[in-house]
Amino acid sequence: MNWSVIAPLLVFLVIIFFIGIWSSRKGAQVSDDNFLKDYFLGGRELGGFVLAMTMVATYGSASSFLGGPGTAYTMGFGWALLAMSQVVTGYFVLMVLGKKFAIMARRYDALTLVDYLKARYNSAPVVILSAGAIIIFLFSAMAAQWIGGARLVESLTGLSYNTALFIFAVSVLVYVTIGGFRAVAVTDAVQGAVMVVGTLVLLVGVLIAGGGVQAIISDLITENPNLVTPFGADGNLTKAYVSSFWILVGVGVVGLPQIAVRSMSYKNSRSMHRALIIGTVVTGIIMLNMHLIGIFARPILPGIDVGDKVIPLISMEVLPAWLAGIVLAAPMAAIMSTVDSLLILVSSTIVKDVYLNYIKPNATIKAIKRTSFGVTAALGVIVYLLALNPPDLLIFLNLFAFGGLEAAFIWPIVMGLYWKRANKYGAIASMIAGIVSYVAIYQWTAAQGDPFGMLHPVVIPVVLSFVAFVIFSLAMKQEAYDYNLIKEGEIS
Amino acid sequence: MNENENTDWRFKVANREALIGCGLALINFIWWFGFAYGMGSKPVEEYSYIFGLPDWFFYSCVVGFLLITALVIFVVTFFFKDVPFDEEEELR
Repeated sequence: MNWSVIAPLLVFLVIIFFIGIWSSRKGAQVSDDNFLKDYFLGGRELGGFVLAMTMVATYGSASSFLGGPGTAYTMGFGWALLAMSQVVTGYFVLMVLGKKFAIMARRYDALTLVDYLKARYNSAPVVILSAGAIIIFLFSAMAAQWIGGARLVESLTGLSYNTALFIFAVSVLVYVTIGGFRAVAVTDAVQGAVMVVGTLVLLVGVLIAGGGVQAIISDLITENPNLVTPFGADGNLTKAYVSSFWILVGVGVVGLPQIAVRSMSYKNSRSMHRALIIGTVVTGIIMLNMHLIGIFARPILPGIDVGDKVIPLISMEVLPAWLAGIVLAAPMAAIMSTVDSLLILVSSTIVKDVYLNYIKPNATIKAIKRTSFGVTAALGVIVYLLALNPPDLLIFLNLFAFGGLEAAFIWPIVMGLYWKRANKYGAIASMIAGIVSYVAIYQWTAAQGDPFGMLHPVVIPVVLSFVAFVIFSLAMKQEAYDYNLIKEGEIS
Repeated sequence: MNENENTDWRFKVANREALIGCGLALINFIWWFGFAYGMGSKPVEEYSYIFGLPDWFFYSCVVGFLLITALVIFVVTFFFKDVPFDEEEELR
């Protein structure tokens, strides 16, 4: 075992752990009436910095730190170009959902995305469909991240996969269960800061090891000139494919429940304004750095065949061991911060949207508290057990999680906010059309065997779900929705 | 329609800002796409290099990122309005 790498990672975990405890102390001062709002939404009082960081950290998962740079290593600059489409998420989500979402969420007293949809569309099928989609897709996504986290710990420490998974699970579970959303958001902020600093340090290390940008680029051109073009190592990365990532990881992110819920958690419009700027800067820096590191790693450390290993290997190659430990806390942070957000979201969906809506509407505060802690902990344990030996179904569902959720939720959220003729028929049709067509097109595309030549499978379902939304909303005529009619507290 | 008369003033602010968001995304996309494929489609021998990076990437992704950051700061500072979120605040 390489203790000089492990020690900084352990220190990082301990710090995160204490932040969780500190946040739960703060939560203990909250009056019982506000328990749910505090546990699942941090009392709607996130400031600009924490808001920006929690959005970036939730969104920047294992793929931005391991998978993405690993692919950039094989594909060259074309993949970095693709990754830069994510900068748009830094401002677009908060600007588009923006103040109207914040105001409406407060009027509806909505704590979850499903609360919002329930109040806007006033329809049981919408609630069931959306809660179901969140629980199924995000649960699988969470499990997949969990596996990624354990693999990272495994590759760094040399511990067995099972032990690594156990360490990872315990550290996440402790702070999420006791601290709730605030602990998640605050630890996300710390993790986000670790990510920014970590990528900067690593980029500098890689540049020094490679002898500067010019030397690295000329090495790349000598090896394969395609690496410095936008078209990928084999020249098969098409404009259509790369551009469609503007929907998958760019503007479509508006439809991701874990991101949308953060758009109702901030304190005031000033926090939002600050978050817009910080979020854009931080997303840009992380994405640019990580993917450049992936590309620049190629001449320094040729012949890595597993993409996910590029970042761990290059860190240990170009940095002193202790510093590599600190830098590698960044992907660890990214995975943990995604997992914790998903865990609290799935838990809130079960407690708030299923338990309180349908099972026990007038549960006492004490029962709600117990259920919230219990469900969060139980979910964590279930994910842990599944991740020990991941079933095929889980891996299968995870494939669809990101695009499937976007196709399902983007229009019910956005149109619900800005189109007064949007109604429940449109929302139901849109969700079904989005999910079904996404799964079908995804399968079809995979069968064609030329993934880089076509549009990403997310594009058409997003269009189809829009069309379905408009047609069904207009066909099943309902009165125009009056956004002013609902005053705060009328629906809860 | 008389709905417009009693529309919450905050919603007008919100709608405008959402449109600004869409506009920025569009500018961002055009800049990114234009430089990447406009300059990047040349043969590699004709590329020039800025700070060591291929010119298309430098303009599309590095300058593009700086530009969009500057635009975000600009619109937030000059066009975004502070708005109260709670109904009680509004009455004050």
